Parts: sequence; C-alpha cells; structure tokens
Amino acid sequence: MGKIVEIEGVNKIYGSNKVVRDLNLTVDEGEFLTLLGSSGCGKTTTLRMIAGFEEPTTGTITVEGEKVEDKEPYERNVNTVFQSYALFPHMTIFDNIAYGLKMKKVPKAEIKERVLKMMELVQLNGFEKRYPSQLSGGQKQRVAIARALINRPKVLLLDEPLGALDLKLRKQMQLELKRLQKKLNITFIYVTHDQEEALTMSDRIAVMHDGVIDQLATPTEIYEHPTTKFVATFIGETNIYDGCITSINDGVATITLENGAVSVSCPSDFKLLEYATISVRPEKMKFSKEKVEGFELVAQVKDYVYVGSVLKCIVVLPNGNELKIERLAGQDLPEIGSKCYPYWNVEDAVLIHNESYYIFEALNNIQLA
Amino acid sequence: MAGKINHKFRANALPAMIMVGPVAVIMLLLVAVPLIYVAVMSFCSIDEYYNLTSDFTLSNYGRLANSDYIKIYGQSLLIAFLTTVMCILIGYPFSYFIARTKSKRKKILYMLVIIPFWTNSLIRIYGWRTFLGTSGWLNSALMALNIISEPLDLLYKNGTTVLGMVYCLIPFMILPLYTAIEKLDGTLLEASADLGARPVSTFFKVILPLTSSGIFSGSLMVFIPCLGYFFVADILGGGNSDVIGNLIERQFQSGNNWPLGAALSIILIIVTLVLVKIYQKLGGDMDALGV
Repeated sequence: MGKIVEIEGVNKIYGSNKVVRDLNLTVDEGEFLTLLGSSGCGKTTTLRMIAGFEEPTTGTITVEGEKVEDKEPYERNVNTVFQSYALFPHMTIFDNIAYGLKMKKVPKAEIKERVLKMMELVQLNGFEKRYPSQLSGGQKQRVAIARALINRPKVLLLDEPLGALDLKLRKQMQLELKRLQKKLNITFIYVTHDQEEALTMSDRIAVMHDGVIDQLATPTEIYEHPTTKFVATFIGETNIYDGCITSINDGVATITLENGAVSVSCPSDFKLLEYATISVRPEKMKFSKEKVEGFELVAQVKDYVYVGSVLKCIVVLPNGNELKIERLAGQDLPEIGSKCYPYWNVEDAVLIHNESYYIFEALNNIQLA
Repeated sequence: MAGKINHKFRANALPAMIMVGPVAVIMLLLVAVPLIYVAVMSFCSIDEYYNLTSDFTLSNYGRLANSDYIKIYGQSLLIAFLTTVMCILIGYPFSYFIARTKSKRKKILYMLVIIPFWTNSLIRIYGWRTFLGTSGWLNSALMALNIISEPLDLLYKNGTTVLGMVYCLIPFMILPLYTAIEKLDGTLLEASADLGARPVSTFFKVILPLTSSGIFSGSLMVFIPCLGYFFVADILGGGNSDVIGNLIERQFQSGNNWPLGAALSIILIIVTLVLVKIYQKLGGDMDALGV
C-alpha cells in the first residue's frame, strides 16, 4: 500500500488562534481514515486544507506525491462530501451528479452512461429529473456522495456527512458508506465528532484535540489502549483515576490514589514515582463484598440502572467520585447503600502518562542536550 | 352555526377596523381617488380656451398614436433598456463585492449606496450638469491638464440622459442584487470548485442562475421609473432625449392639455402593470419589489 496523502508540519493560524498545530499525518491508499474530535479541534480545518479551501500557514500537503498546498481546489484530484450536502438547488439530480464530468468535458454519451451507473450504485434510479428540494435527507446524502464519487477521485473527503440524518438512517448509511469504500477501493478521509461512528467505520482513527493529533491507531487500539487521558475519556465510557506509581514488581505497578492503592500492569516506559492516570472501562470493572488483594478502594453502592443486556452500577468513593461498573444482569449483587470493594484484573486497566510526564521528558531532553 | 360565525366576526371587527381603517382611508384618498380622477379626466375634452369640459371623448387616446409620440415611446424604451443594462453591468460586480466581502468596510460600502438617497435627486442631477457643462469641472480640469484644447460637448445627448438615469436608479438595482447574492450559500461555490469548475464556470453555472432573481427584480425597478424620470431627461438631455414622463409633464405644464396628459399617464400605468404582470408570470418574487 502506497502513501496517498502526506501532511507534514502543517500549522493553521487565524490571528492569534492556532487551529491546527504542527500536524503530521500519512494516509495509505485505499484506507478509511477518520479524524475524530469535538468541535473546534481542527479536524474540519485539516480536511479543508486537503481540499484546498484553506491554505496552511506553514507546512506541506502532498497528494499522490505531488505538492498541492498552492493549488486551487479545482486543480486537485480530491473531492468533498459536504456536511450540508451543498447540492445545486437549480439543477436536477442528473445535472448535479454530472457536474464534475461536464467540467472535465467528458463526451455526453459517456456522461449519461456513467451518471446512470452511479445512480444505480447509490440506489437512486429514477430520480434523474427531480430537484434536490424534492428529496429526503438520506437521498440528498446519496446524491452528494454520487456527485463526488463519479469523478473517480483518489481521495474522498467527507465532512460529517451523516450529521444531519436521524439515528436509524445514520447507522444504515455508515454500513453503506463502508461497503462503497471497499467496493471502489477509494481512500476516504472522514471527519466526525461521533466516536461510535468512527469506531464502526474506520481502518484507523486520528483523535484530534486542540489542533493536534493525540493518538493515531486502529479502532481496537484506540479503545483498548488509549495513550492520553483525553482519548480515554473521549472514546467510550471509562473510569479515570489519577495517582502516583509507588512500587513496580514483575511488571505490576502499585498506584497510590487519594482513596487508597490499586494495582495495574505496567509497561516498561513508566518509572517509579511518576504521576500517571489509570483508565478502566466500565465493562472491565468489578466489585466484591470482600476485600481483594492489591486493591484498597472502598465504595458505597449508590444505584443500579437496568439497560437491557447489562446492569449499570454506580458506586461512590469516599472523596465523592462516582465509578461506573457494568455487570451482566441477574448476578448476585450488594444491596444499594452497602459497602463494596471495586477492583479489576491488572491487565484490564490502562496506564496513561500524565501531562507532567511529557514536561519532565522535555526538560530531561534539554538537560541531556 | 351562522350565529356563531357572526358573533366571531363582530368580536374581531373592531380591532381590525382600528388597525386597518386609517391606512385604508389614506390609501383611498391619496391613491385611489387621484387615480380615478386621472382616469376620468383622460376621457374629457377641452374647449378652445383650454378649459376642461365634461364631454366624453376617445380622441385623447387617438392622438397618442401620432408618429412623433411613437418615436418618443421608442426612444424612451431604448433609454430605459440601456439604463437597465448599464445598471446590471455596474451594479452586479459592486453588489457581489459588498455582499461577499468579509471586510469590516462592508457596512460602509453599503451606506455609500444608501446615503445619496437622502439628498434630493433633482439637486444631484443639477450637480451633474455643472460637472459636465462646457465650462464645468471636468472640462476645466482636462483643459488645465492640456489633455484637450476645446471643451468637450458632453451635455444634451442620449448618453448623458442614460448616465443620469443610471446614477439615479442604480441603488434600485444594487439592493435586490445584494439581497440575492448575500443569500447565496458559500458552500455551493466551494462544491463547484471542488468538482473541477474554474471561477468563470462557477460564475455562469452556479452564481448567475442562483442570483438571477435579483437581476430580474432590479431590472424591473430600474426600467419602470426610467420611463417617467422626466427631470433627468430635461436637465441632462435638454429636450433631445425625452422619455414618456416628459410628454406627460409637458401636457400638464406648457401644453395645458390635461386630458391628453391624463391619457398618457394611463398608458404609462398600463405599461407598468403589464411589465409587473410579466415579471410575476415568470416567477418573480413580488416581495423583492417592495410591493
């Protein structure tokens, strides 16, 4: 697999506002890459820089080995699916989809053939003569995708394309988009703030936060092994504990928290006396009526919420922090208001470097240099 | 059932009367009555001393088919047409610029269009005559710079009248255009460029079709007053480029033939209504005309 898009050292600065900071990103051919983050994290700006609607303040963007940052949008071999669809209201569906081919002066007969084929692919046969205002949201979405795909772009950029659809339609379109992407073998760069959508569709996810990529990895890796506190909390539900590593024995660290010590398996890059964060998913959390070896946490059961397949338990630590624990329904559980001892399997917890770690690392490097 | 409706009607009648009544009375006195007066007068005759008599006649309308008049109708339509075209050519780029600019000067530029409205247009047209006259500012300046040796004869031509008309009427073109262009969704332009369209193609395929309603209503609002702005033709055209408005004015003033002037006015009103009807039939937005 070759590299199709390379972004190197890109910054985008509006006045004093650094929207994208020192961004490096490589996208492989045929890949489905998602830029995930909350609004204002710079994901849309990144996409718009690849499309050519914004110019990077510094840095280079390469598409198919060709530097494009100075090229106009109409000179780039990428196409965009806009969040608002941006269909031309005065043109029929046929003319909307044919627009790109007409601009390339493709012969009329070929345009007709390709448009009809594309309409079939997105299941819009028979809609040629309608206008965008006569279509539903989902249909408009298909037109927008067809209009972009018909140009056979090397890279398709999608800016929250499913944002305006209702949940059921969105789920259906997610699978359909993924199917299209695999079938046509086109590189998709997909922007969304919906973590579930990102996990469902992507080959890789770049989690963006404050203009930088916090973590770039496969969905499983992102979910199971978040490398920053932001990624851990942004993707799915989790329980977060901040503490200090007070001992390391045989790859298992004891972390002293405000409410007592706990144990987690410890990767080799963590050092004694380092401040670190532990993230444990609710489905990995356990609690028992008796004390468990290596865990000093004591909590009080606050509430049980039945959500179908599982039971959500909320327990409160002495300092007032609430923990979320998921149990299969029907198990023997402590009563509400009674004492319990939360714990987990040491390998189920993820240890994350605290922000202070990076500062110390940077200081160390300066001293060494 | 009937009683109930009646009751409802009575309950709503008083507030409705208070709200609409005064406006209705004013419209009746200031619009309907004068219009009827003009319409009736157009069928009246005059005696040998030019006094209005109530003898019914169609001869006023008959006289309008006179070849001299027909020439002026044609000239008037030509001036209106040229003015409209000029207003589009100048107004469109200007409106586009002020509608799409992100600059803070947007409001100032918009005000530049509005502010001249606050000065009487007659005074502004006299200003143009002073500016363009043989010993006016323009000629004096060009002669002082030795660009020309003889003053240019700029006044009293069809072109001068069109210039004055454009100057007076261009805000009526710019305002609807501005509204249409500002409503244009910027992502459509991005989508067009994204699909490989160069700026010129984007303009003709996307921008122009989506702002044509503005051109359309602007044209109507320039074309119609142009037929009646007699003072511009008078001051800058000096009688060489009369419009229908001049004919009407002359019948009421020097000609002292009010029934003939009234008939001309009725014709002008009919032409206007026909144009508005065509506009409406073609799908024009009546709100954009401010009616």
